[in-house]
Amino acid sequence: MIHPIPPGTRDLLPEEMRELRELHAMLLGVFERFGYGEVRTPTLEYDEVVARGDGRTAAAGYRLFAEEGELLALRSDMTVPIARLAASRFAGDEGPLRFSYLAPAYRAVRPRSGQLREFEQAGVELIGVPAPDGTAEVIEVLDAALKAAGLGRAVIGLGDGDVYPALLDEFEIEGERRATVLERLERHDLVGLGEVLGGLESLGADERRTLLELPQLRGGVEVLERARQLGGEAVARAVARIQATFEAVDARGAAGRVRVDLGLIRDFDYYTGAVLEVYDPALGHILGGGGRYDRLLGRFGADRPAAGFSLYVERVQLARAATDEGPGDRGATEGSR
Amino acid sequence: MSAQVAGTTRAKREGPLILAVPRGTLHAETLDRLDAIGVDTDAVRADSRSLIFETPQLTLLTVRPSDVPTYVESGAADLGITGKDVLLEQEERPVYELVDLDYGECRMVVATREAEESLDLRERRFGRVKIATKYLNVAKRHFEATGRQVELVEIKGSVELAPLVGLADGIVDLVASGRTLAENGLVEREQIERCTARLVANPVSHKLRASEVDALAERLRATVG
Repeated sequence: MIHPIPPGTRDLLPEEMRELRELHAMLLGVFERFGYGEVRTPTLEYDEVVARGDGRTAAAGYRLFAEEGELLALRSDMTVPIARLAASRFAGDEGPLRFSYLAPAYRAVRPRSGQLREFEQAGVELIGVPAPDGTAEVIEVLDAALKAAGLGRAVIGLGDGDVYPALLDEFEIEGERRATVLERLERHDLVGLGEVLGGLESLGADERRTLLELPQLRGGVEVLERARQLGGEAVARAVARIQATFEAVDARGAAGRVRVDLGLIRDFDYYTGAVLEVYDPALGHILGGGGRYDRLLGRFGADRPAAGFSLYVERVQLARAATDEGPGDRGATEGSR
Repeated sequence: MSAQVAGTTRAKREGPLILAVPRGTLHAETLDRLDAIGVDTDAVRADSRSLIFETPQLTLLTVRPSDVPTYVESGAADLGITGKDVLLEQEERPVYELVDLDYGECRMVVATREAEESLDLRERRFGRVKIATKYLNVAKRHFEATGRQVELVEIKGSVELAPLVGLADGIVDLVASGRTLAENGLVEREQIERCTARLVANPVSHKLRASEVDALAERLRATVG
């Protein structure tokens, strides 16, 4: 008799579990080597905790009532629960705190290609070390994790999460129009962005050009110079932050797969400063992401700088399988050294 | 854009960039534009049964316009060309919209019968109006954004019939010349969006093959008159 399971979930059989356990061991081994101790938090949190972490996309997709009527939620990532843990269990500890995790998380996506409702995340959180050193350390761990997983072709995109809000402040774009511009930047809808900017009479030609061209700048560190030429204080500040992070990563010898990307916008509202994404030529979806969230712990009453990354374990496994089958010329990512 | 979550996409192929080319009304002009930028489309024109065409510059896939976002989202195609109407209806798919290619122009409109009283009046009298459409998401967003309550009726074939036989008060549909509307005694009341062909890209391809993607986008942009 057939008993179905909900779309976007799946059973794992021994063959796949063996492969996954190997990958788990590699990832956790790297985290441990860099001094990140594994933590586990409850799969169920109070809904208020998850919502406090992120009012938007990371808000819980699945909620239920407990016996006493409290509203519980399945966590949508591990960053928010670990922020909660750090703020309450290590309240007086300025850190640095180094935590790692490997655990399932849950999101109410419409199940389709590449979208799972229950998926596994592996990552680290570094609490108490500000930019650029904290970010650089996190990128170094990420680089080592990708190396350990055998993903020689994987690329780490490095951008800045503050640049567009600051740029819109500088250009005095407010209210509904600001929301529209940010939404189109986030979707990377360049046609729609051009249309809305074209309708803003207060905007000069140079300012319009900056907003249209900046999100298309991606590649080696040389794109920072092109960004700087677009002008504006917000851009100059973001470029300086990215430059400082890149140099700090380079000093650790981990910048080989880092690409600068001024179009990188993460859709969680807790990011501040550096944002990261991980790509592999074998897969059409991102392998993971992360960045700085210096204000997230403050939402839990323990204001401390923090940064981290998380990898989608199933996708890393798919990319590994594709790499094993024999990398071809598609792996020739630009600017790789 | 919704958060992306770990998934099960099959690994991508190697080689030149893969472009999903729409069949149907956008097909001919798309091939003309590709010719104009030096992509050899003779094989596509000659053989209507094959689905994959290898050229030195690009690998071309011929797919239904409404399937283009699916291929591009998953990375099975690096890039695709399809109508804005398709992108509007499938907004949840995170593809990057790079260039307005400015052909295949249509309008997404609200239309009602010539003799019809206004939709607003019907809404006040009956609490809501019924709208027949193929574009459920577009229609839902449009009426929500304009503060009206509608009941949507999904029709897959000729939507124009629905108001004529009382199945709906009006329609949301894509019109080019407006002739079909006129022939059925329907009148365009509101324009929701101007829809033309767009070049879209897979986000990962846009990052990892930046200069190839940018060069193709630039050459296609240059074909816009």
